[in-house]
Amino acid sequence: MTQSCTELACADPVILNQWHPLTSIDEITRGLVHHTVLLEQPVSYAQDDADNLYVWHRCETLPAHARFDVTKKQKPLPVLQQHGYLWTCIGTPPATLFSVAEMEEPDRQNVPTGVFGVNVSAGRAIENFLDMGHFPFVHTGILGEEPHTEVKEYDVELSETRDEILATRCRFYQPKAALASDGGADVDYVFRVPHINCALLFKSSPGFEAEGRMDVIYMFLQPMGREWTRAHTGMCVIDLENSYSGIRYFQQTIFGQDKPILENQFPKQLPLDTRAETPIRADKSAIAYRRWLTKKGLTYGVIPAAG
Amino acid sequence: MHIDLNQWHPIASSSDLPKRHIFHGQLWGRELAVWRADDGHVNVWENRCLHRGVRLSIGLNEGRELRCLYHGWRYANRTAGCTYIPAHPADAPARTISNNTYPGIEAHGLIWSAADPVGEFNTPEALQGSDVFALRAIPVNAALELVLSHARGYQFSPSGEGEASVSVQNETAGFITLHAKSANAEATLLLFFQPVDAGRTVLRGVLTAKPDTPVALLRHHNQAMSAMRDQIEAKAAAMDRPEPINVTFQRVDAELAQMPARAKSGPKAELRVSVTHKWQVATGIAGFRLEALSGQLPTFQPGAHIDVRLPNGLQRQYSLTNGPGETDHYAIGVKRDPASRGGSECLHDVVQQGDVLAISAPRSNFPLRRDALKTILIAGGIGITPMLAMAQTLKVQHLPFEMHCFAQSAAHLGFDDILNTLGTSTTRHLGLDPDATGAVLRDILTGYGEAHHVYICGPGPMLEAARTIAGNCGWPEDAIHFEYFKNTNEIDDSSTFEVALARSALTLQVPAGKSILEVLRENGIDAPSSCEQGACGTCLATVIEGEPEHQDVYLSPRERASNKSIITCVSRAKSKRLVLDI
Repeated sequence: MTQSCTELACADPVILNQWHPLTSIDEITRGLVHHTVLLEQPVSYAQDDADNLYVWHRCETLPAHARFDVTKKQKPLPVLQQHGYLWTCIGTPPATLFSVAEMEEPDRQNVPTGVFGVNVSAGRAIENFLDMGHFPFVHTGILGEEPHTEVKEYDVELSETRDEILATRCRFYQPKAALASDGGADVDYVFRVPHINCALLFKSSPGFEAEGRMDVIYMFLQPMGREWTRAHTGMCVIDLENSYSGIRYFQQTIFGQDKPILENQFPKQLPLDTRAETPIRADKSAIAYRRWLTKKGLTYGVIPAAG
Repeated sequence: MHIDLNQWHPIASSSDLPKRHIFHGQLWGRELAVWRADDGHVNVWENRCLHRGVRLSIGLNEGRELRCLYHGWRYANRTAGCTYIPAHPADAPARTISNNTYPGIEAHGLIWSAADPVGEFNTPEALQGSDVFALRAIPVNAALELVLSHARGYQFSPSGEGEASVSVQNETAGFITLHAKSANAEATLLLFFQPVDAGRTVLRGVLTAKPDTPVALLRHHNQAMSAMRDQIEAKAAAMDRPEPINVTFQRVDAELAQMPARAKSGPKAELRVSVTHKWQVATGIAGFRLEALSGQLPTFQPGAHIDVRLPNGLQRQYSLTNGPGETDHYAIGVKRDPASRGGSECLHDVVQQGDVLAISAPRSNFPLRRDALKTILIAGGIGITPMLAMAQTLKVQHLPFEMHCFAQSAAHLGFDDILNTLGTSTTRHLGLDPDATGAVLRDILTGYGEAHHVYICGPGPMLEAARTIAGNCGWPEDAIHFEYFKNTNEIDDSSTFEVALARSALTLQVPAGKSILEVLRENGIDAPSSCEQGACGTCLATVIEGEPEHQDVYLSPRERASNKSIITCVSRAKSKRLVLDI
C-alpha cells in the first residue's frame, strides 16, 4: 500500500484498494481547498489554476476554503480523473477504473445531476438503484404506476472477464414513456455494476430508439462511513433537449423519493447472509450483487455471511 | 443492565393508535410497528419488512392489511402473513412469508407487549376491576435503573394541588405502586417503566381511579414528571452513555432464502378448528364460520381453498369467502349436492355448531392478479365463493372490477350480506336458461382490452361455455383464469410407464390402476395434494422430459400443449418414460 494503514478506521483491503469518487470536476472551485471524508478518513482535494488535481490526507496547514498552496500539501493520495469525476484511493489503487464506452461518444453530454448524502451503507443504495419493483410505489407517476407492478423475467450474469454484474432484458412499465404521447409503455433497461459502489443504467432514449442508443444514468457512491454515503449522480445523454436544470430537478426528485426509504432500512449495512431477508425473482440482480460481494470478501459496510 | 425479555411492559397508550395510524414503539432496543386494524385488533410487529428491511412504521395501515412503502407488499392483520407481492402479480406468495410479531394486549388504556414473554399477560392486581386512568407517557433519556431510583421519590398530590405525603406501597418487576394522601384526598398511582433501550426509558403512569378533574390531574402529573425527568437527565448526562442494546434479527426460513416455492405438504389436515357458527346462506347452501381452537389461523389469499376432513372420513375442498384482513376465522359456503357421495350431505346434516373439524392450511392455486386494468369475475351458483373473496379484495384496494353472479333465483344465490357491500360492481343474473346465459356471457365478454383479466368459477358446462365465449371474443388464454369444482373427465388409468425423479434420483414404475401421486407416496416422497381428482392443481409437477397424457381440468390448453407441467393425481404418460422435477 502506498499509505500506512495503521491509522485508518477502515481495515478492509477489498474496499481500501478501490478508486473512489470525491467530486465531479465541474463542482471544484479552482484554487481553493476542499474537504471531504472517505472511509471515515478526512481527505482534502484541490485543482490548481493549471487544472492539475491534488488529493491528500487532510492536514491542519490547509483548512477548508483556504487558498491552495501546493508547498503546504503533505501525505499525497493518488489522483485519477475519469468520467468527469475526481477519484482517489487510500489503499493500493487498481491499475484502471471501469470504462463506459458511451462516455467516450462525441455527441453525448455528461451532466452531473447532483450529490446526495444518505445515511445508509453504499450497498443498500446500489440495490435500490438496481431495483425496478419499487418504481410504482416510490416513484409513483414518474418511473411506474399502479396497477402496472409486474417485474418481468430478466437476465443477470456475472461477467467473469470484466468482473461486473450485468442485468439485461429488463422491462418496466413507465407512465408517459415518451414525451410525445400521454400513454404509458414498457421501457427497456440494462443495468451494469462494474464496481462495488458504482452502478449505471441504460434506458431507451426518446427519439433514438431506432438506432438502439440509450441514455446512461449513473450513480457513483463515495462511502463516507459504514452507514454514511454520498451519491454522485449524473446522466450521459445524446441530446440535451431538456434544460440542465430540468434534468437536475428530475434526478433530485427521484433521489429525494428514494432517500427516506433508504434511511429507514434495517440493518443499515447490507446483510450478505442469504437468510437475512426474503428475496423474490424480481430481486435476481440484488441476489447476484450480494453473492458477488461475498465472493470478493467485502466486510466494510456489509454484514458478512456467517461461516 | 439486567435485561428481562420475559416481562410484559406497556409500550404505547391506546390513544397512540388512532384510526389507520402506525405507531413506532420500542422495547429493549427492539423497534415495534404497532397498529390497530379496523376490526379493533392491535398488532405489534417487528418494525422491519421481511423483504428488504424497511421500517413498517413508515408503511400504510389500510385497515385490514399493512402495506410496506417500498414494494407494496401486503401483510394481513393478526397473522402478519404476506398476502400479495405486486412484482409477481400472477403468483400467490409462499405461505411462510410472514413478518415477525410480538404479542399485543390492550388493557387499561395501554398497549402491552413483551419481547419474549413467558406466560400470559396478567393485569396487575391494583388495576383489576377499577376504572383506571392512564397519564401521558414521559420519555426519559436515562437507563432504567436510574429512572427507577428517582421514581421511588416521585411527589404528587391526589387532587392536583396542595401538599401530600407519598409512600411506596409496592415495588415489583416492571412497575412501582405509589400512594399519596393529603388532608382530604388520596390516590394510588402505578408507575410503569418501559425500557426502550439501554439509555432510554418511558414512564407510564396509571391512576387506579378516574379523577373528577382529569385535565387538571393530567397537567399536574405532566409538570411533576417533566421536572423529575429534567433531574434524571441531568444526572444521566454526567454519566457514561450506555451502549445501545445489540439486537440481532432472526434469520428467515431456509426455504424462503431461495426463491419462494410451492408449499410442500401432502393432504394434511393439520389444523383444528371449531364451527362457531352455522347458518343458512341460501336455498341448499350452508355457511360455516371456523375458528382456531388455539393460536392463529394461517394467512390466506383471495381464491384460496382449504381441505376439510369430515367426521365420516371424507375430505372435501372449499373456497374461503373471507375478505382481506378477516383473519380471526375462515368462512366457507357449502352447497348440498343431490349427487353427493357423502361430503356436502355430512356438512349439512351432521356437522353442527360447536363441532371440531380438521382442516388444511389454505392453498392458493387460483390466485388473483391485482395489476389488471379491469377484472371481470363470473360466478355460476356456488362458484361464487372464491369470487366473493376476490371481489372484496378488489373493492378494498379500489381496483376496477365487475362481478357477474348467475343463479337459479335470488334465494338460491344468497350471500347478500357480502354482495351488498360490493355496490354497483355486482350484477345478479337470475333464472336464465343455457341459451340466455350464453347471450349474457357474450355481452359481458365483448370488448377485451389490454391487461383485462377474467376469472370464472361455476358448474362444468357453464364454465366451458364461458371459456369458449371468452376465446371467441378475443381474450388471450393468459387472461382467462378458471377453477372447476370437480373433474368430470373419465380417468383412464390403464397405462403403465416409468417415472424418473430428477432431484430425488429415483426411477419408479407406475402400474395400471395407480396414479403417479400414489406411487410417489408409496415410495416415501412427500408430494403435496388436495382434491386428488385433477381439479385443484396442488399436486402439479414440472415435466423435464417425456409427453404427459393430460386428464385434469386445471391446466389451460396452452399449458397442456407445452407439456411442461403435469397434474400427478390423474394424468399419466403417453411416452414410455416421464422425467419430473421432483
